[in-house]
Parts: sequence; C-alpha cells; structure tokens
Amino acid sequence: MAAKPEPHETELSRPYWDAARKGVLLIQKCANCGKLRHYPQLVCDRCHSLGVEWVEASGKGEVHSWTVAHHVFHPGFAGEVPYALVTVDLAEGVRALGRLEGMEAGALRLGFPVEAGFHVEENGTPVLRFRPAGTRRNDR
Amino acid sequence: MSLKGKGAVTGIGETDYMRASPKDAFELQIEASLKAIADAGLSPRDIDGIIPIGITGAPAEAFVTNFGIPDLRFSAITPLGGASGIAALQAAVAAISAGICNHVLIPSGRNVSSGARAGVRIHQMPQFHLVTEFEYPLGAISPAQLYAPMARRHMELYGTTSRQFAEVAIAMREHAILHGNAVMKKPITVEDHQNSRMITDPFRLLDCSLESDGGAALVVSAAERARDMRQPVVEILGVAEGHPDSPSSITQRPDITRLGIAKAAPKAFGMAGVTPEDIQVAEIYDCFTYIVICQLEDMGFCKKGEGGAFVEGGRLRLGGALPTNTHGGLLSQAHMLGMNHIVELVRQLRGQGGRTQVADARLGLATGYGDLGDGALTIMARA
Ligand SMILES: [Zn+2]
Repeated sequence: MAAKPEPHETELSRPYWDAARKGVLLIQKCANCGKLRHYPQLVCDRCHSLGVEWVEASGKGEVHSWTVAHHVFHPGFAGEVPYALVTVDLAEGVRALGRLEGMEAGALRLGFPVEAGFHVEENGTPVLRFRPAGTRRNDR
Repeated sequence: MSLKGKGAVTGIGETDYMRASPKDAFELQIEASLKAIADAGLSPRDIDGIIPIGITGAPAEAFVTNFGIPDLRFSAITPLGGASGIAALQAAVAAISAGICNHVLIPSGRNVSSGARAGVRIHQMPQFHLVTEFEYPLGAISPAQLYAPMARRHMELYGTTSRQFAEVAIAMREHAILHGNAVMKKPITVEDHQNSRMITDPFRLLDCSLESDGGAALVVSAAERARDMRQPVVEILGVAEGHPDSPSSITQRPDITRLGIAKAAPKAFGMAGVTPEDIQVAEIYDCFTYIVICQLEDMGFCKKGEGGAFVEGGRLRLGGALPTNTHGGLLSQAHMLGMNHIVELVRQLRGQGGRTQVADARLGLATGYGDLGDGALTIMARA
C-alpha cells in the first residue's frame, strides 16, 4: 500500500507534534496578552509579541462543518474511503480539523458535540480524530 | 487617484481548449500571446510590461527573449491562484496610469500532463504550508476537500441544495456547447448532476471544474491610446483584489462562507460607479458550482444565504436576468485559471460573442477566486 503523507514539523510546531504523539492536544498561547492561536504561528496577531506558551486543550468542541471523501485523492487513503473530515470549534475558541470516528457522517449536524483524541499511524504520524462527546477512547 | 477608466483591454487571445494537448505550457502561452498582440494590432516588440499567470507561467524573460522585446519596463507576478488574472489587470492599469509602461501582456497557458494539475499542487506551494502540515496528513489532499466544508456549512445554515448547485452546472454546460471552443460538448440535466458520482460530499463530479490544456492571454493599454487601436474599446471601469480573513487556513477562518471577493466588491463597484443591478453579463470564477453561488452573495447580487434560490429558474442562462459564463466557464469550457473568463467578458462587450452573445451587452464583470479564498473582480464597459 502507498505511503501516506507525513507532516513536516518545524521548530515552531515541534511542541505540538511531540505532545500529539503522547495523545495530548496543545494550543499556542501568547506569552504577552494570552490570546490562544492555532495553527502555530510566529507572532501574536493581536499584540505582535513573539513570546509563546503552550496550553493543553480540553479536547471538547462542536462541529462547525464537514466533508466526506469518496474519491481516492491520494493512494495512501485508498483503503479508507469514504472518510469524513470534520472542522471543529474547540471550547478554547480556535478550530481544528480532524477525522471523524465512532459515528456515521450522515448523523452530523452543526454544533454536534465531539471530543478529540489522537491515533498514531504505523508511520508514526499522530492523526487527530473526533468522536461523539462522552465516548472518548484514547489510542495513545 | 482612481484607476476608473484609465485602462482598456486592447487584445485578447486563446488557443483551442482540449484535454491532452500535444503542445507544452510555454508553447500554449506563446500561441495565445501572439494572438492577443495581433488582435490588438501591435507587434510583439511593442510589449513593455509582462505579468505571467500561474505556476507554470514562463518568466517575463522568456517572452523578452522570444519576442525580441527591446525595453521591458515593468514585470510583476500576482500570486492569487485563480484570481491572479484580474489582480494582474489591476497591477497593469496601475503601472500604465503611472507612466511606467504602455502595453502590458498578461499570458497564461497550461498543459496538465506537464505537471500543473490543479488538484495536487497546493501541498507543494509555500503559502499553504499550514494546510500541508496539519491537514494533508489527515487525508485532506485536494482543494475540493478544503472547499467542501464551506459549501456544507452554507447548506446547513441556509438550506442551499445540491439541486441548486446543478443549476449552475447546467447553465455553464449549455453555454459551452453553444460557444464551440469548449472541452465539454454533451448537454446535462439536474438528474445527470444528481447521479454523478460523489467526489467529496457535497461536491459531485458535475460540481467540479475540468482539468484541461490551453492558453489565454490579454493585452492591457491606456484607455486613451485604445481609441486609436484596432478593436472596439473595452474600458476597465473598476478592479480590485481582496484577501479573506485567515488566508492560509480555511479551517481557522471566522466565517467560512465569506470569500476575499467580499472585500474587493465594494471597492470595484464603488470605483466603477455602478451596482450589481447594472451588470448585463457576468463571467464568474467557477472552480466549483458552490463558489459561484457564494461569490454572487459576496458581491451583493443577493443577500448571504439567498444565492441558492438566486441561481434557480435559469437566471444564469442566456435569456435569463444575469447571463453567466457565456463561454462555459471552468466547469465546461476549460480550466484556464479564470483567464478565459476575462477574455470572454471582453469579447461580449465588443459584440464579438458569437452564438452566446448577450444582446447589447455594454457593462459586465469578471471574477477570480484562488488559493484558499483570494478574490478579485473587474467591471468593464464598452466605451
Ligand atoms: Zn498577544
């Protein structure tokens, strides 16, 4: 089977991936004004500080939107179609994209409560997944 | 200083559009450029500004070398994906108005088999590094998968339907068949659309644009100079580009149903001094059916959420209230990064629209959409 694409980590994002491999979802926090931001970026867009802290997200969120892939866009995912990608409003106020598990995509609706977990693939890539809230099963 | 009426599109050129052209991307760019320059009544050596379009666009130097251009005074690139062509119009008119140069060539051309396949390029481009790092490994591979959640949310919030998407696809196909220079030649119905295979929900095959080969090019000159040139004068009355909030990540965008064109439209309409009700023909970037609906809302043709109903009843078809994509668009003519939309608008306003000519069209617009939501529009008029 064809290899799946792997994330190319940067100095900026390494804390996120290190935590993800342990099943923890980290979000950047401005060390100066406290604004949370995701995905990782160099500068706070509110106060322009370069100071960064990392905080653990609760993992709780609500579905903002979704799509279900039926076409095989990449041979690495040939055995997984159809699969759903969900855009989630995390409780912390930022969004995340993840793979849906534990329910049928047909039952999704805006605001559907979900919770995050990571599944580490055979190639070592931690994949963010969302399950219906209250059914968490951590694969770490 | 306003750019209103300062510039005109004085030359247009297109190759035949097809799948699997035997010509490479550069040859297609040269062929379209020579046609556009001849259409303007100029010599290739008269070109003194160049803005190449697209990631397979040859650099300005290649045109200087091949055309023997003695004094290139202006070159630029406008990296807005499918909005690049209209952003290039803005840059061209600004440069001409400032007295930097006289005749700007805007060339484009692509051969999908040579590596510019729109569906797989995003992860190779530096401006998409966040998508590539955080979303690509999840299986979000194609632009279709990045845009589909925008459409899904619109459907959930406003009741927009897949059958309304079909209305867009059908209008484009009808126009492509009449137009003639188009890849797709078979009529389609709502049922054909509904039965086409699901690509990434809610986008079916017939919601998605083509992959095609060809070239399209423009020449832009000062409007006052255009009066002494070969073709009927088509003036650029308004032009603007707009970038969405969170341009590097749709996932993090506060309102995923609002595109960059929402910021550009008030500027372009304000510059031109017209309103959407005045527009007689529209060439709207249509990489996906939903993107047409969203842009109509963002430009103020209808309110947010009303775009689905707006496109019903044949409104976008010839004879409808807003004939749209009279060439068949990216959905049915060819995927020329929206350059074919600009060419078609100019042709319509000259009265050279052939079998898809909108009667007495004097005022129209073209839009572009690209990358993760960049937008641009231009409003043109026959002088
Ligand atoms: Zn800050």
